[in-house]
Amino acid sequence: MTVPMAETHPVRVVDAPLRPPSPDAGLLEVFRRRYLLRLLVRREVSARYQGSVLGLIWSYINPLSQLFIFWFVMGIIMGRGTENFAIHVFCGLIVVQFFVETFGAGTRSIVRNKALVRKMAMPREMFPVASMLVSLYHMGPQVLILLVICLAMGWTPTLIGMAGFLLAVVIIGILGTALALMFSAANVFFRDVGSLVGILTNFVRFGTPMIYPFTMVEERFGPAAAYYLFNPIADAVLLVQQAFWIGTTDHPTQMQEHHIPDHLFAYSFLALGTSLVMLAIGQFIFRRLENKIPERLT
Amino acid sequence: MSHSASTSIVVDGVTKYFTLRYQRTLKQMTVAAVKGREITDTFKAVDDVSFTVEQGESIGLMGLNGSGKSTLLKLVNGIMRPDSGKVLTRGRIAGLIATGAGFHPQLTGRENVFLNAAVLGMTEAETRRKFDEIVEFADIGRFLDTPVGNYSSGMFARLGFAVAVHVDSDIFLADEVLAVGDKPFKKKCLARMQEVRAEGRTLFYVSHAAGSVRKMCDRVIVLEQGRLGFDGDVNEGIKYLKYDPDEDMPPEVDDDEDLGADI
Repeated sequence: MTVPMAETHPVRVVDAPLRPPSPDAGLLEVFRRRYLLRLLVRREVSARYQGSVLGLIWSYINPLSQLFIFWFVMGIIMGRGTENFAIHVFCGLIVVQFFVETFGAGTRSIVRNKALVRKMAMPREMFPVASMLVSLYHMGPQVLILLVICLAMGWTPTLIGMAGFLLAVVIIGILGTALALMFSAANVFFRDVGSLVGILTNFVRFGTPMIYPFTMVEERFGPAAAYYLFNPIADAVLLVQQAFWIGTTDHPTQMQEHHIPDHLFAYSFLALGTSLVMLAIGQFIFRRLENKIPERLT
Repeated sequence: MSHSASTSIVVDGVTKYFTLRYQRTLKQMTVAAVKGREITDTFKAVDDVSFTVEQGESIGLMGLNGSGKSTLLKLVNGIMRPDSGKVLTRGRIAGLIATGAGFHPQLTGRENVFLNAAVLGMTEAETRRKFDEIVEFADIGRFLDTPVGNYSSGMFARLGFAVAVHVDSDIFLADEVLAVGDKPFKKKCLARMQEVRAEGRTLFYVSHAAGSVRKMCDRVIVLEQGRLGFDGDVNEGIKYLKYDPDEDMPPEVDDDEDLGADI
């Protein structure tokens, strides 16, 4: 039997510091490793319609059918008088859908990727963030449909409107990621969290001026309606309605005055701030729970 | 505590607790609390373990089932953080934890290779450059474009090992990699690990096979119920574990002995 001779090994000089092997920078690390993030997002996107015949077409059929339902129920059966009500609803739907999908898929993301989570050292914030980006990608077809309809109705984009739209996307992206971070980690310990997400989602659907115009809230609650605007998702919906819906109506200036609250941008930047604070809290909670995740994922 | 520039791994007073939960639902927990029974219990999977490893050392990590080997490896890999004490490593780490790689069952072998390599820190270009080599080593043929969920455990392990071993890492962790492979593949793995070792990479090799540990390692660490039982010479370590080939040995170990002689 040969005895291994340690002395004969070549010396490998490793030019790196001694440091803890677990990723430590949280969300920052996620954006440092964009290639890995891209792979995860691409995987999710391609997995969505795996084995379906219509494939990507579903991304168009889905929102169109929802648009039709809202238009029929709210516009025709219940006869809401709001002008171009279908577009009003659709603007809200895009925002709400982006949020709900980020929140829901993000919450499940850690458990669903447990094969990777248990065996590989990687920043686990990666999964909720990837969920958010996938939802953002799915928003594309919906925005496209909205654009086509709006253009057909004689809408022209305005700079302020588009800036508002971008702001809305950023607010929802950050807020969605924040909640996905908190809930995805909690979901590992208590699967009850998944049910909770369903309930919260319902609140979001009806807590935003989607199937009713903001004017109704204002009429009902008067000055107290300002509290309604502390909801970042409501602000985002209004920003998108300002960007698209207003421009499709016959008298945009009057509609803007009547239906869009004053100081919407002020409220929106407040919403952005709130979302950023939530993101910090989300990262903190995730960090606290993360240590116990690999052993609890079975 | 300061370490020399050639220190590869520092494990310093590391403890990792695991929580055992007896009761799951609120009702069960309430009943247990009323009756004064324990709701949860913790145990130390790794208990105050300390050692340092120099770059290029080849460590055989041994111990009975449940002695904390895989947990220790997860701590060194960075999958888990210690509850107390600290783990420090130098350079890039690659390897396999508990026979299987972190593969996504719905993805094909090809996609998993890229994903896995990305997790291990390889860039896209780097992965492309090594892709053929990896595929050739894994030798899974046309299954490469099949979801890995359909793989046999052997194929799963082959592909996982192939990716991990082709990453240009400074530390290589091999956790019972040879437990599921067939004989030709085991032989190939051992040869490749000898190459890894010859390149001066730090090798962490978990095995129950005294023969291959003897061939592969120049130091043995034995864990006993999470505690460091032995740290030192290979033959003494094997003797400490009473894994000597003179006693009753499972046939697999003899197999490894043969393989070792071949290399």
